[in-house]
Amino acid sequence: MIIHQLSVFLENRAGRLAKALSVIGSEKIKIIALSVADTSDFGILRMIVSNAERAKTLLKENSFSANITDVIAVNTNSEAKYYSEVLGILSDIDISVEYTYAFKKNGDSVIILQCDDNQKAIKALTNNNISLMKAEDIYSI
Amino acid sequence: MAIWNSHFECMSREEIRHLQSERLRETVERVYFNVPYYRHKMQEAGLGPENINTIDDIVKLPFTNKSDFRDNYPFGLFALPMSEIIRVHASSGTTGKPTVVGYTRTDLSIWSEVVARTLTAAGAGNHDYIQVAYGYGLFTGGLGLHYGGEKIGASVIPVSGGNTSRQIQLMKDFGTTILACTPSYALYLAEALEESNIKREELKIKAGVFGAEPWTENMRREIEEKLAIKAIDIYGLSEIIGPGVASECEYQCGLHINEDHFFPEIIDPETGEVLPEGEIGELVFTTITKQGLPLLRYRTHDLSRLIREKCECGRTLVRMEKSLGRSDDMLIIRGVNLFPSQVETVLLEMKEINPHYLIIIDRVNNLDTIELQVEVDEDFFQDKISQLQSIKNRLANNLHNATGLGFKVTLVEPKTIARTEGKSKRVIDKRKY
Repeated sequence: MIIHQLSVFLENRAGRLAKALSVIGSEKIKIIALSVADTSDFGILRMIVSNAERAKTLLKENSFSANITDVIAVNTNSEAKYYSEVLGILSDIDISVEYTYAFKKNGDSVIILQCDDNQKAIKALTNNNISLMKAEDIYSI
Repeated sequence: MAIWNSHFECMSREEIRHLQSERLRETVERVYFNVPYYRHKMQEAGLGPENINTIDDIVKLPFTNKSDFRDNYPFGLFALPMSEIIRVHASSGTTGKPTVVGYTRTDLSIWSEVVARTLTAAGAGNHDYIQVAYGYGLFTGGLGLHYGGEKIGASVIPVSGGNTSRQIQLMKDFGTTILACTPSYALYLAEALEESNIKREELKIKAGVFGAEPWTENMRREIEEKLAIKAIDIYGLSEIIGPGVASECEYQCGLHINEDHFFPEIIDPETGEVLPEGEIGELVFTTITKQGLPLLRYRTHDLSRLIREKCECGRTLVRMEKSLGRSDDMLIIRGVNLFPSQVETVLLEMKEINPHYLIIIDRVNNLDTIELQVEVDEDFFQDKISQLQSIKNRLANNLHNATGLGFKVTLVEPKTIARTEGKSKRVIDKRKY
């Protein structure tokens, strides 16, 4: 249930995002989901890609700071109410969400969550009949 | 313009050389018997006090470097017991430890005397109001001008640095006539005055004594025009005494060195050889009257040249040209000395950061800004903004603690900072003096 997310440190400078993506693009790695967190002078690019390990190696070869982070992916039906229920289950047992983003898949949505305790989150969500995406399913989208 | 102490400031060359020879002999004797560090150094060179008879013998003596302060930190170079030391100041060291200096009561009176000479040359007397806008504290600027101001009987306003609108208000309310601060702060004040609702005509300021950082003739002209005052340059370094080692007279044609207290030489920074009179080289000072911390041939790393021609003002003290730069990598930011090695020491203590760095100095609205670019270590990067922010904050804090300066820290991508051999490449100074 753990999904490997690729995180890349980016300076706030024109062309850095394009450069990072072109490095990954050189080997036809697919981007399934993408989010950029930005502060006043740097940003973090977070992506679910078809081959995170390979993408990380390519980025490092090109002098980027890149890392693999564990996240979980929740299948939802695109309704805000459902999203809030998922978060409610987590907050009820004091799991905090570091960040979240979502992408669309066949009319439904997939929510990516990074929690302070991913294993505990997986257990709690599964117990509440929330459907989580398996790693192999997400990388092959 | 008046001269504070015409006896010493206007001696004939013969008289001053005689005085310097006598004072050098006393100093050498003092350090030889009271400072183990100097005794060893002199013994290594096969020298004893009996080998130093006239001021010309000074070239036989060993040099003193800033690193000697670090090796003898904090009080190891003092020539008298701490019971005789009544004041301590400190400035930046090249790494880790600051450079610590100590003063006896006699030393403080020498210091007041030389600053009194500067203030008198700037036109100040006992009817003047001197606003000291240098920082007070371990830095010698504030207290140095303060005691000199008291010595001449002026009314000293110890406002210290910062809080510009209050500075301007006090200038008006108290009728300040003399301003003492760094030249860049003087310019900043001048511009703040233009924007304030106080008019220049409401102020009584007539002159300023500016120093602690290099400044050009252009900057002087700008200050003099904007504030409509006479701007006098004061030079000094805490190791020698603080501000007042040398200063300009009303003719502004080089700074008269108080050579009855501080004997100057100009050397080749590479070979250490004394250069022929008039050539540009590194300034070296020997303190010939100080009691607490006498220094032999202290290398300032400031580049200048000596001027012997007679000055219109009547003083016969040798002049030094306005400092022409540095023979090492020391930077002066808002009057505070900074060595890139200090930054390096802080970085090496933080494993999350690569030791590669770039310092960018600029001057925005006449105030120096300093930015440090560092690379996020690849192995440490963990995807959390909070974590990166905390590294930045911790680094800025550590830098502030180590240097006293507020840095803007910018995290950059790995390998974007050029790898170079020389430290000078690690600094970009965009300031235009």
